[in-house]
Amino acid sequence: MSQHPIEVILTRQLASTLAMPVFLVDTAGTLVFYNEPAEAMLGMRFEETGEMPAAEWSTLWSPFEHDGTPLAPERLPLMIAVAERRPVHGDFWIRRTDGARRHIEATAFPLTRVTDEVLGAVVIFWEAAS
Amino acid sequence: MKVRLWGTRGSVASPGPDTARYGGNTSCVEVGGADGTLLVLDAGTGIRPLGRVLGTTVRRIHILLTHFHMDHVQGLGFFAPLYDSNVETHLWGPGSATLNLRARLMRYLSPPLFPVHLRDLPRLVLHDLPTGEFDIGEFRVRSDRVCHPGFTVGYRITARDATLTYLSDHEPALGVPRFPLAADWTSGHALAHDATLLVHDAHYSLAEYAQHVGWGHSALEHAIAFAELARARHLVTFHHDPAHDDDTIDRLTAAATASLPPGLRVTAGAEGAVFEL
Repeated sequence: MSQHPIEVILTRQLASTLAMPVFLVDTAGTLVFYNEPAEAMLGMRFEETGEMPAAEWSTLWSPFEHDGTPLAPERLPLMIAVAERRPVHGDFWIRRTDGARRHIEATAFPLTRVTDEVLGAVVIFWEAAS
Repeated sequence: MKVRLWGTRGSVASPGPDTARYGGNTSCVEVGGADGTLLVLDAGTGIRPLGRVLGTTVRRIHILLTHFHMDHVQGLGFFAPLYDSNVETHLWGPGSATLNLRARLMRYLSPPLFPVHLRDLPRLVLHDLPTGEFDIGEFRVRSDRVCHPGFTVGYRITARDATLTYLSDHEPALGVPRFPLAADWTSGHALAHDATLLVHDAHYSLAEYAQHVGWGHSALEHAIAFAELARARHLVTFHHDPAHDDDTIDRLTAAATASLPPGLRVTAGAEGAVFEL
């Protein structure tokens, strides 16, 4: 019977109560949850997207750099946090499904349990000041 | 397997005439196997009377701790078999992010809180809980962290076709406005699904829970909803609030079980109760 690890469950519960956008992935990079403030930022409700593999969500919002160059999925802070088990901060642009562009600042960190096992990663993000 | 409740009270022992039927001892459950394997879940004050009745034929005991709050370890130093060199006691429990089982245990079992040192116990073997499943005698044991402050685990114990799930201190409704969520997002579900017998925290009434969110315990109604989600067959409520006398437990149980889902049986856990699975 599948159940997310308690650390992931508690992270989702915490994210559900926060006013800042939070996005949560598992150890494979699969999107498992994002909260209501993230829904507002991304322009899609989690109920619409559901869980999504990394290859899907990392291109859904078409992330790109300042000069318009597409940002490869593996260079997103969240994916670096999972792969390299370290906190990452960065900024980039996304294009919502309604066409609107958003300049995003993001801080991602891995979720590591007591056995030193990485369970996934969390990113908090917000609209950049520029 | 045979399951006997030796302590069903939460937080602090509460003996007295008003709690005589459900009992005043804190968490302790005996699990006996057909092959003679003896498990003891938690070492609250209920473990002391258990130690007094264990016969001289018992040579090996496995104590499985869920966590180190006092109501779950306070009886340990008063468990007579620990001082009997003819008895090998295996103690299993979770480490934390920085301390192993021995270090955590020594915070209680050492002066000034207790006069006896761990090293003075003749045949005590400590086991930091392994991840995943492991076997003790005929039992297949699975432990997993659950929602309760600190490093707390629950247990799923299976022998043949019977499964006991023990979630003595558990707040799966924490942060969930409309409990329960889906099974895969519910703390403890992996341990409790399809359990023959589910021993689960039911510390509060719903009104009391609203005043104690985040304290690590469940309302009786949450325990029932959790049992339904997990498709457990028999829920035994546990970790009764020390402020609840027998009549209060009767009243709360009657109200919460007035309309149970089909296939679920609910029993208020009482000290001395025995369940054959």
